[in-house]
Amino acid sequence: MKNKTIKVDYLARVEGEGALYIKIKNNKVSDVKLKIIEPPRFFEAFLRGRMYTEAPDITARICGICPVAYQMSTVHAIEQAFGVTVEGQLRELRRLLYCGEWIESHVLHIYMLHAPDFLGYPDAMHMAQDYPDVVKRGLQMKKAGNAIVALLGGREVHPINVRVGGFYKAPSKQELGQLAEKLKWGRDAALETVLWTAQLPFPDFEQDYEFVALRHPTEYPFNEGRLISNKGLDIAIQDYENHFIEEHVAHSNALHSMLKERGAYFVGPLARYNLNFDKLSPLAQEAAKNVGLDSICKNPFRSIIVRSIEVLYAFDEALRIVEGYELPEQPAVRFQPQAGIGSACTEAPRGILYHRYKLSGEGLIMDAKIVPPTSQNQKTIENDLLNYVEQAILLPEDQLTWQCEQAIRNYDPCISCATHFLTLHIERE
Amino acid sequence: MSISSQILLIGIGNEYRGDDSIGLHVIRALKERELPDTLLIESSGGGAELIEMLSSVRIAILIDAVSSGGKPGAIYRFDALKQTIPAQLSFQSTHVFGVAEAIELARVLGRLPPSLILFAIEGENFSICVGLSSKASEAVQKVVERVSCEVQDFLKELRTEFPQEDEISRNGLII
Repeated sequence: MKNKTIKVDYLARVEGEGALYIKIKNNKVSDVKLKIIEPPRFFEAFLRGRMYTEAPDITARICGICPVAYQMSTVHAIEQAFGVTVEGQLRELRRLLYCGEWIESHVLHIYMLHAPDFLGYPDAMHMAQDYPDVVKRGLQMKKAGNAIVALLGGREVHPINVRVGGFYKAPSKQELGQLAEKLKWGRDAALETVLWTAQLPFPDFEQDYEFVALRHPTEYPFNEGRLISNKGLDIAIQDYENHFIEEHVAHSNALHSMLKERGAYFVGPLARYNLNFDKLSPLAQEAAKNVGLDSICKNPFRSIIVRSIEVLYAFDEALRIVEGYELPEQPAVRFQPQAGIGSACTEAPRGILYHRYKLSGEGLIMDAKIVPPTSQNQKTIENDLLNYVEQAILLPEDQLTWQCEQAIRNYDPCISCATHFLTLHIERE
Repeated sequence: MSISSQILLIGIGNEYRGDDSIGLHVIRALKERELPDTLLIESSGGGAELIEMLSSVRIAILIDAVSSGGKPGAIYRFDALKQTIPAQLSFQSTHVFGVAEAIELARVLGRLPPSLILFAIEGENFSICVGLSSKASEAVQKVVERVSCEVQDFLKELRTEFPQEDEISRNGLII
């Protein structure tokens, strides 16, 4: 059969809701549509007219998986508008909080969502029947990430302790010190995870991507840096909208984000790793080299190894911060709101998350723009499907469908936070 | 978690997805009942966290919204120790590693609590909005009553199994 249509109305093991449509004509792919259903331009509208103080708690609710990323992009963007700089231990605490979220999110994806693909299981439950200790290790590692987020964020899900200027309450040296044992265990488990993911079977699939990530002069990026790519992009975050554009596409409610000059681009662990390998801790660099992972990786299926390297880095970095911590004099820096526009990108687990806010002199949000990582990767995911399906076109349909889903899962797409909607339904109390 | 809390009630949902927030509303209403020895939690339904919470209690009751094509407001009750959670029930979780997966994974790993009851409520409107449909609101009241009764029954069982001090001396178990 030379003509066929692959239709997956419900993508399993992808965070949120999405659908995929691929049309094959004469053994050539003639159409690929990754359809994204869910929306939050709602939140952009919801934020208008609210005080800046409410923004971190509102945006944290956009995604249950990466609330810290939303909070971090929010506070950094507002701080940029207000001319506030957060330094020293408060800045370190923000990095630590981000370590917690990367661990939680990456470990969930590695163990529960992505690994079953490589081992031929339909889901983590079936994998656990044969690999109970592996799954238990994943759950235990995630718990260590949760412990960081719970301590700094005030609770595990939807942290509430983050504010513009810092935190509502900073943990004591002793409280933070109690994390150390869990983190040491987690670092060892992360090393095992790197070894374990590296021996999975990977298809031979490399593409000439444009990787985009933050780049900071002295550290692997979480909250700050310039936006760079392997194809010449090197801009301040404030120039983001001069270089990136969001386009409506007919088949999806989601907006596709493109580079104005060159189109599709790739954000997330692979992009960060390729553009910042030299900023990983020596332990993480060594672990990558030990498993034969070059400093540049262009195979998105291998992103599971790169995620495990980032988990190792996050545990290593978290330990460094915990061990060097001193209680700051104030949990937040003092400032006065001022009218202006502020923007920020931070590195969410899935890639750069852009926020821009227009604020009044009293600190009211006049306008908000949010570009999540998955909408930035969407065009690249479609391109991957186009190129990957052609290589695998003679496979039986169920296997081909599975491989398409796997190709999508390489990006750990968080579809629930990626999209925008056109009709608003808001009920205010 | 308080050590004295032997019963855990978890309401699962997303505040901003209409009837998906049913579980959260049930928990808020149950808080007013001030049930003894009972811990109430609002959760966004992340599977790994659920497994963690479930493995540390004796009795857990989960309340979540579903979309299975049934009549809006319909209430399903499952005893997870006696049955698997039907795959055709689509839990409206923003996270695909969600409630049903968490329960089944916990079962495989031997981490289910001795008692686990799941109340699933058929939602009607899962669009992006705040607030419940009228059918879902009615169901919330029914589930609150039912869960309160079950908690009382569990408490009676627990008292029989682990008698309180006054009951202990009354029954002459300890001198």
